[in-house]
Amino acid sequence: MGNALRLVGFGPTGWGGTLLEGAAMTLALSVCAYLLGLAIGALCAWGRLSGGRAVRAMIDVYTTVLRGVPDLLVIYLFYFGGGQMIGAIAHLFGATGFFGLNGFMVGTIAIGLVTGAYQTEVLRGGYLAIPRGEIEAARAIGMGRLLMLRRIIAPRALRFALPGMGNVWQQVLKESALVSVTGLAELMRQVNVASGSTQLPFDFTIAGFALYLALTTVSGGVFMGVERRVAHGERMARKQRA
Amino acid sequence: MMAELAFLFGVTRKLLGGLPLTIELVTLSVATGALLAVAMALARSASRIAAVLVSFYVFVFRGSPLLLQMFFIYYGLGQFAAVRDSFAWPALRDPTFCAILSLALNTAAYTSEILRGGLASVPSGAIEAGRAVGMSRVMLLRRVVLPLAIRQALPAYSNELIAMVKSTSLASIVTLMEVSGIAYALVSETYRAIEVLSCAGAIYLVLIVLLTRGVWLVETWLSPAGSRA
Repeated sequence: MGNALRLVGFGPTGWGGTLLEGAAMTLALSVCAYLLGLAIGALCAWGRLSGGRAVRAMIDVYTTVLRGVPDLLVIYLFYFGGGQMIGAIAHLFGATGFFGLNGFMVGTIAIGLVTGAYQTEVLRGGYLAIPRGEIEAARAIGMGRLLMLRRIIAPRALRFALPGMGNVWQQVLKESALVSVTGLAELMRQVNVASGSTQLPFDFTIAGFALYLALTTVSGGVFMGVERRVAHGERMARKQRA
Repeated sequence: MMAELAFLFGVTRKLLGGLPLTIELVTLSVATGALLAVAMALARSASRIAAVLVSFYVFVFRGSPLLLQMFFIYYGLGQFAAVRDSFAWPALRDPTFCAILSLALNTAAYTSEILRGGLASVPSGAIEAGRAVGMSRVMLLRRVVLPLAIRQALPAYSNELIAMVKSTSLASIVTLMEVSGIAYALVSETYRAIEVLSCAGAIYLVLIVLLTRGVWLVETWLSPAGSRA
């Protein structure tokens, strides 16, 4: 027990610092991928709701394909496929060999694209949950499109979409472990490295579980706090109206 | 152009060689996971201690990545001599068994939550009505509770099934040669990642479309309007 604590601790023989750095990298990667996914999701939800037939069909293809293909393959596609494309360009200029891409960039783009597909559905659902009367009322008192988006549609849709957005966040955190295949030094990769060089995979996977659970639990709590705040604001508004 | 098509055709044929293993991984782990989930739902209602244990299990398996769980079972458990000397070792050092076990344990956690939601959605009035007309517990379960709960839970379960099909690709990381494992090998062999991975993605996509269609058929069959038609 004492030995195990020294191993995952912060002493000269401890891996604690490495694991924490890995957890920080996991968090950074997840935040970037989530923001990218959110931007893609918002754009695609908007396109699905108000775009022409061609735009809607294209977005349908995007969400169907990215939700129906394993994330690991999408990561490989960007990691090796991106390398293949850069390699092809480099060959034109006379360079040879294999070109790998930065794992952080690959992970952000791959997971961002995958979760953008889920986020599209979540945000679209949030918009559709807004009672039509509210939008009609906003139009009736002469709000412009932008003002209506800012004051009515965005806050209301966000409120309905929040639980789904929280689920997507959890998904991003767990999926980020797959980016370890690119060699990016995130938590899963560090658990792997530590297990390999100490021959103690049990101890380090348990430490990995603890860190991932801490990440998912704490960030889940943050999402719940925001949900509660929004619900509270809504109750206050209702009281003022009454 | 012809050479290109022949390459894609050849790649797809090689990838399809991994399809039986992918399907085996899905069916065995989904079946085991469903049994475990039902057992956990029963245990939850049977005793307080079991309920606490089950919620801890669900918390751990839903809050951590599947890859870590697979790694734990395949590499982590083998750290101890006691495990390596035990009767379970022949199974635990087999990557196929470990992949199925971790997939099953993972889906069991999600499925038990889906099941709980489905059971909670059965209106108490329906149960009271069943009791009032003198149904026995088993008949009540079979005729009222389960059909209502399953129909409610089916859309969520269908999402879980899709996630499972996609999750089997992680088995390639513990050396299994299912569709993704073969795809990885072909990428390192041919250096044509975009072509190979697109073919592999298409295979998964077809599998998932067929699965979604199948669940949809069950759903219409279970809903009253569909069964009458």
